Amino acid sequence: MKREPEIRIALTVLLAAMVGLTGCATTANNPKDPFEGFNRAMFAVNEGIDAVVKPVAKGYDAAAPLPVKVVIGNFFGNLWDLWTAANNLLQGKGQDAVSDVGRVLVNSTLGIGGAFDVASDMGLSKHSEDFGQTLGRWGVGDGPYFYWPVIGPRTTRDTAGWLVDNFYDPVRRVDNIPLRNSLAGIRLIDTRASLLPSDKVVDEAAFDRYNYIRDAYLQHRRNMIFDGNPPRERFDD
Amino acid sequence: MKSLLSIIFGFLVLTTATLAQDRGPDALVKQVTEDVLTIARQDKDIQGGNTRKAMELVETKVLPYFNFQRMTSLAVGREWNKATADQKKRLAEEFKTLLVRTYSNALTSYKNQTVSYKPTKLQSSDTDVLVKTEIIQPGSKPVQLDYALEKQGETWKVYDVIVAGVSLVTNYRETFSQEARNNGVDGLIQMLVNRNKQLETAKK
Repeated sequence: MKREPEIRIALTVLLAAMVGLTGCATTANNPKDPFEGFNRAMFAVNEGIDAVVKPVAKGYDAAAPLPVKVVIGNFFGNLWDLWTAANNLLQGKGQDAVSDVGRVLVNSTLGIGGAFDVASDMGLSKHSEDFGQTLGRWGVGDGPYFYWPVIGPRTTRDTAGWLVDNFYDPVRRVDNIPLRNSLAGIRLIDTRASLLPSDKVVDEAAFDRYNYIRDAYLQHRRNMIFDGNPPRERFDD
Repeated sequence: MKSLLSIIFGFLVLTTATLAQDRGPDALVKQVTEDVLTIARQDKDIQGGNTRKAMELVETKVLPYFNFQRMTSLAVGREWNKATADQKKRLAEEFKTLLVRTYSNALTSYKNQTVSYKPTKLQSSDTDVLVKTEIIQPGSKPVQLDYALEKQGETWKVYDVIVAGVSLVTNYRETFSQEARNNGVDGLIQMLVNRNKQLETAKK
């Protein structure tokens, strides 16, 4: 029950933002991004937040030896595998779901609480699923693209998916508040650190970081929904 | 997505040996990848972050297997047809410079990754094929890295690189076509020229 206030805050932020949107003049020329004005403003907000988070992530990345980073990544990955299993089941991929449950059992025991990914070595490969992908499989379209404060890029469908994912999130259900906050903090830094290499690429490759990230996000999600095998788009020019 | 970067190093990955000519697209991708990675792993300058040296490696080993004209036409979209032959040439030249620079940097961060090659289903009549590979890195999910190749005569050439589902070429489509619509093909060329100059001076 401790998680309720956080969820409520998240919902309030999202609702407030959505209400705010109706007041935004639409200047966008991309049909997938009708709220570009709002999104760009939030993008700027996040760049501000990132000015604080990124140096910490860089410090972590430089200071922590590879095995430590691997253990931390495995630990949080293991927490998520059960939800991956549930989503695979919801998408009718029973075999993958069984494999995911097997991963959790193996990694939580032999892998010492998820610190080591023994299951992958045994041939139970890791999948990457969330409720947004499940909705996509069920035929729910992208809907308008959003760039949320803190959360980052999400289509409308993936925003709904993200809220459902949050109800599962084991870290949010930890009762001890200092522990919960520490876990959430470490996870945030670990996630941010894993994005550092992409940063450099985006900095150089992009003419407009906002555009580049939006278009890459949309392609990337499409690829995930199709489990890495999307129908190929033909470009006739 | 630890990835993009590491991924990119894979871009570099296409390369060498003219004898790859009558080889299948999957064999070509594998050979070029392995050649470049072998060099990158051994080269202390590249490991130490020397972008210029990585760029040289990419230019000599990788570029011969890329069809930049086709890549550029995909990135530009419909406006490509409005460009003159000369404009097309300049566009392709500038786009090449941009991609080589961006992705050579990725090569310098290549450390613990290995590449796994997926089997490619290929029929002798195929002229357009997707070769799938994966970048394996300790502690995170493998990153999908696919190459789209097209057969021209007897030679296969890469015309798109797709990282974790993101095409490095068509990701520019929105930006490029918008610029070409607003400021013409010359405006787009100028935008690329400016960006390349800016990156050149920022680096050195």
